[in-house]
Amino acid sequence: MWTLLKIELYKISKRPRTYIAFVAIAAIAFIFQFAFKADGQNYMDMMLQSVKDTFEFERVKAINGYFMCYIILNTLLIQVPILVALIAADSISGEANMGTLRLLISKPISRTQLILVKFAAATIFTILLLLWMAVTSLVFSLMIFGADDMLIFRSKGEESQILLITKDDIVWRYIAAFAYATVALTVIAALSLFLSIFAENSIGPIIATVCIVIVCTIISNINVPIIDKNVKPFLFTSYLVGWKGFFYIGTTEEGETIKGSLENWPAIQKSLLILLGHIVVLVSASVIVFKRKDILS
Amino acid sequence: MPAILTVNHLTKRFKDLTAVDDLSFTVNEGDVYGFLGQNGAGKSTTIRMLLSLIKPTSGQIDIFGQNLVTHRSDILKQTGAVIEKPDLYKYLSAYQNLFIFAKMSGIKVTRQLIMDQLQMVGLAERAQSKVKTFSQGMKQRLGIAVALIHNPRLIILDEPTNGLDPQGIADMRNLILQLSREMGKTIVVSSHLLSEIEIIANRILIINKGKKVVEGNAAELLDPAKTIVQIDTLNNNDAKEKLMRSKWASFILPSANTIKMQMNKSGIPELTSDMTGMSIGILSIQPRHSLEDYFLSLTTQQQDVDTIKN
Repeated sequence: MWTLLKIELYKISKRPRTYIAFVAIAAIAFIFQFAFKADGQNYMDMMLQSVKDTFEFERVKAINGYFMCYIILNTLLIQVPILVALIAADSISGEANMGTLRLLISKPISRTQLILVKFAAATIFTILLLLWMAVTSLVFSLMIFGADDMLIFRSKGEESQILLITKDDIVWRYIAAFAYATVALTVIAALSLFLSIFAENSIGPIIATVCIVIVCTIISNINVPIIDKNVKPFLFTSYLVGWKGFFYIGTTEEGETIKGSLENWPAIQKSLLILLGHIVVLVSASVIVFKRKDILS
Repeated sequence: MPAILTVNHLTKRFKDLTAVDDLSFTVNEGDVYGFLGQNGAGKSTTIRMLLSLIKPTSGQIDIFGQNLVTHRSDILKQTGAVIEKPDLYKYLSAYQNLFIFAKMSGIKVTRQLIMDQLQMVGLAERAQSKVKTFSQGMKQRLGIAVALIHNPRLIILDEPTNGLDPQGIADMRNLILQLSREMGKTIVVSSHLLSEIEIIANRILIINKGKKVVEGNAAELLDPAKTIVQIDTLNNNDAKEKLMRSKWASFILPSANTIKMQMNKSGIPELTSDMTGMSIGILSIQPRHSLEDYFLSLTTQQQDVDTIKN
């Protein structure tokens, strides 16, 4: 199994398309950093306009590395599923397209092994993508903007909220958020892998994955009670941005933030379990379907 | 020789289409087994079932005395295959492709082993070239190297000469004969060309519309005593009358406007001489084996259908 995984990673590493995702992430992070370095103060003034008189920000350098990373992740983690699909959706369909699938199946490896290895390789790719994101959006931002306490702007129901997290309470939150994002994006990888079994070129499964993510995201954002209750809890897209939960710090009744706390840890746990459930279902379905499939390509 | 591959009542249906219909055959150790049929006859579907790419609707496949379903991995460790076009990873080099597939076959891979294999198929000098730069013939040779890298007992080649130039076809034939004679490999090779199979195979199976038409030793099936000689003359009726009165009468087959005789191929020079002596104006004498005649009739039927469709 380990040998097969090494071979799979080797093949992925040799394909130029693998690096598109890394270049795209670096480019987006760089554009954000450049824009905020050049004109970030105006953005902050606009964001803080309504609370300027009631909140004291003097001691905080609002645009700092931690804040920048949060802003970049907010944007990137919506687009990254497409980048994950680029590789994961190619897993089986790409082999079918090249004609190598029949050669793989005629080797002494089981179809279950093949699917599990493909899934493991897609997961490792996702982890590497997120590590790269951490480097470009967090490490580079800290190098450019420095470290300080972090402000989080949040819409909670109809009211807006600003949370302040001290800089010695941030790093673990980022580690947890990236770990959560890994699980969330692995769902996308599992979905792409599943769709890839039915196609003989990777374009179809990539488009199908993106369409499913878009449609489910739209449904996740429809605020109608019947959907809230009966549909949203079962959609993985309802939990894709659950990583933000690690930045929603717990507060006292007086509104003071509590260092090292989370506002709703049980909700994060529940989200993680649902995402893991999606992964198990999708990978199992992939194994079952692939084992029954006639290789005609 | 013991049976190395036994297929019993194999059937594969795709919805309404029966691609392989109750097919049974046996391949013995050391055979070069020619698997013959026109395009769409069910050869590739059968071969895909032998390699577990397709699940049979019914029937059983035993290879090396073991059931393919229950001992798939053990069987495939000792089997090498080239299925239609030998598609490989185009973005990798010949060496890298061979390395990957050797690893997947579960063997210990050394640089020497890979280079020896590339040397055998004449690609050692292109070891580091990407496969996307290879010609069809080179890809075919690399496909053969992939099939042989783990030293399999059974080699399955599906239309191995497809897309090759005449030199490539000759090289492939020589390679198959070398593998059989010098290395004692058992080879199943499919083709839609009898002329190709008759040169290399010691046993032949012909299938049509998924069903077995004939199976047997090539020497028997291609017995020169069963050659059909088709004769075309300036006046076929007059020539037939003259031949009916000669010693050749018993060889003449009933046919309307043509002269057909079943005889030993070696008698053709004497026949030609006698016909000249009888003042028959010979336009052509075409010896054709009865098997070839039969196979040609299958192909012609298919061509007729294609023409009607077009």
